[in-house]
Amino acid sequence: MSESPASPLTTADGVPLKVSLRRAVRRSKIKAFLLVSPLLLFLVVAFVMPIFDMLWRSVDNPEVSAGLTRTVEALEGWDRQSLPDEHVFSALAEDLQEGQEARNLGLLSSRLNYEQSGMRSAITRTARGLRTMEPPYKEALIDAHARWGEVDTWKLIEREASPLTLSYYLMALDRRLTPDGEIVRAPENQRIHVNLFWRTFWMSAVITGLTLVLGYPIAFLLSNLPLRHSNLLMILVLLPFWTSLLVRTTTWIAILQSQGVLNDVMVAVGVIADEARWQMIHNKTGTIVAMTHILLPFMILPLYSVMKTIPPSYMRAARSLGGRPFLCFRRVYFPLTIPGIAAGGILVFILSIGYYITPALVGGQSGRFITNYIAYHMQTSLNWGLAAAIASILLFVVIIFYLVFNRLIGVDKVKLG
Amino acid sequence: MAIPSYATRGERIWHYVFLGICALIFLFLVGPLLIIIPLSFNAQPYFTFSQKMLTLDPEGFSLRWYQDFFTSRAWLNAIKNSFIIGIASTILATVLGTIAALGLSSRNMPARGAIMALLISPMIVPLIISAAAMFFFFSKVNLAQTYLGVILAHTALGIPFVVITVTATLSSFDTTLIRAAHSLGANPTRTFFKVVLPLVTPGVVSGALFAFITSFDEVVVVLFIAGPEQRTMPIQMWSGIREQISPTILAVATMLVLLSMLMLTTLELLRRRGERMRGLSPG
Repeated sequence: MSESPASPLTTADGVPLKVSLRRAVRRSKIKAFLLVSPLLLFLVVAFVMPIFDMLWRSVDNPEVSAGLTRTVEALEGWDRQSLPDEHVFSALAEDLQEGQEARNLGLLSSRLNYEQSGMRSAITRTARGLRTMEPPYKEALIDAHARWGEVDTWKLIEREASPLTLSYYLMALDRRLTPDGEIVRAPENQRIHVNLFWRTFWMSAVITGLTLVLGYPIAFLLSNLPLRHSNLLMILVLLPFWTSLLVRTTTWIAILQSQGVLNDVMVAVGVIADEARWQMIHNKTGTIVAMTHILLPFMILPLYSVMKTIPPSYMRAARSLGGRPFLCFRRVYFPLTIPGIAAGGILVFILSIGYYITPALVGGQSGRFITNYIAYHMQTSLNWGLAAAIASILLFVVIIFYLVFNRLIGVDKVKLG
Repeated sequence: MAIPSYATRGERIWHYVFLGICALIFLFLVGPLLIIIPLSFNAQPYFTFSQKMLTLDPEGFSLRWYQDFFTSRAWLNAIKNSFIIGIASTILATVLGTIAALGLSSRNMPARGAIMALLISPMIVPLIISAAAMFFFFSKVNLAQTYLGVILAHTALGIPFVVITVTATLSSFDTTLIRAAHSLGANPTRTFFKVVLPLVTPGVVSGALFAFITSFDEVVVVLFIAGPEQRTMPIQMWSGIREQISPTILAVATMLVLLSMLMLTTLELLRRRGERMRGLSPG
């Protein structure tokens, strides 16, 4: 060593080693990030932005402020006790007139109708009669529809003029706002969503439990067989895993329906009478059976990968110490498989609560999931704000479970196939 | 799983009971897939075995549902769409995913955990939520009801599979092989094509297969963002099951089961090749 200890180590071109190393690390960081960035950019545009757009839509409330600009402005300073003055009514008449001509009253009237049924007809009927109306508009409008003579209607308009609303979330949770801004439960016959949320969670838990009961012995068998045999049997697990979801759902329809294979067999064997065929599909049973079948591989694979790492000598040691087989299993083997149970359980549960296709095809009325209501509000009732709110709540639940999963197992440990 | 020689009689009985239980569960797993294969040759328009089929009367069997499939304009068009969308989104997802996986496997990748979680998220977020979100967003930017829209959506859904499989391959990649290649006089390009690529290819190919099958089997997103022009196979099946249940669907299902068997074999061969190249298994 010719250098004195005081002078720092340098590379061949005289740069201190530390600086050079830091540079190299920074360069490699940038290089790594540049490699990832095209994909990140793509996903942000094609996936993350849509999700945020949906979250935004669940609180976005443009209809009233855009459709009733003048009325909202005129309502400022209103005392909220008595009916507003004539100038508010004439502003409303103007707004409705303009909306009628531009043919965009639909959004406004549906939006108000979500809050207070009957508002749609109030708006459309009033708008249709506007042409023949003469000032003063206060009497004329109240004549056209009694709703305009109620203070609550005006409170509603004033409240919904705000650009953000919580009312979709309240609706998704079967709650609503009173005209005075208190949160109350919806009338009994309109409470659907909370029940559906609970049913979805409950049925998913049942499905998760069933996959565990069925998957555990299989994973145990596969991990204890010699590799040659277990590879062969593994194919039996992977085949359904790789088969189209619709195919698997279709086969369950073919098997379970009342004129299907299983009922036919039971009639032929004489277990049940021809007239008393079992209704095993288009109800809860159908959803649970089909989804247990579909999700079973997702339970077996994580369980298998955990059981594979448990040395068989542990059980032998426990036996040699005098434990009965069941005790050895319960005290030694089972606790070692708990990470696998957690991984498989959370995975199956997350996948299950988000399923849409299978419950829609084999669930009927009673086997429907909350996802089916998202689709219903997207496609049939066209209440997109409500669909977005339900989807956001479901997303929130899934993210919580995903974080737990990630903390316990780690996403990059997920093995496929 | 042999019975140990010290097992008692009760344990022996339990052993066979256990094997019996496992056999039943395997039957539950595979039985439904096998049952539809003969059903698809039914001469009658039913979803169950006819008397003639059970007595193995040749008259009970026919290829009419397959003929129905191959002469139906709707089905053929749906297949064509599925392949166009599947192949395009697979290529996009594989290219983007493989490049990203190379970056992610670098030791100096900043914020790897967070980025990985983000890249995996399309797999975790329920499809109905992705579909709703993409429907709102794609309608705004005029991508709804276009091929490009569906392809981009399916690319996003396929990406996690590519990222997972390729990073898994790269993580077991032995970097000393690169140094060995260099020390033997190969330049970086040659090293990449002769050493790195052959070892990584199985991961890339299985990632691509996953991405393709994801697109090929995806219903929910297509249901929301595709127009009648982009009707794919799963959509055709979906509406077939919902509207009129014709055994043509069973014929399609049978072909899809065969397709998945083919996929499975390919993957298994790739896995074996990968093991062999790493010297993990003989032969």
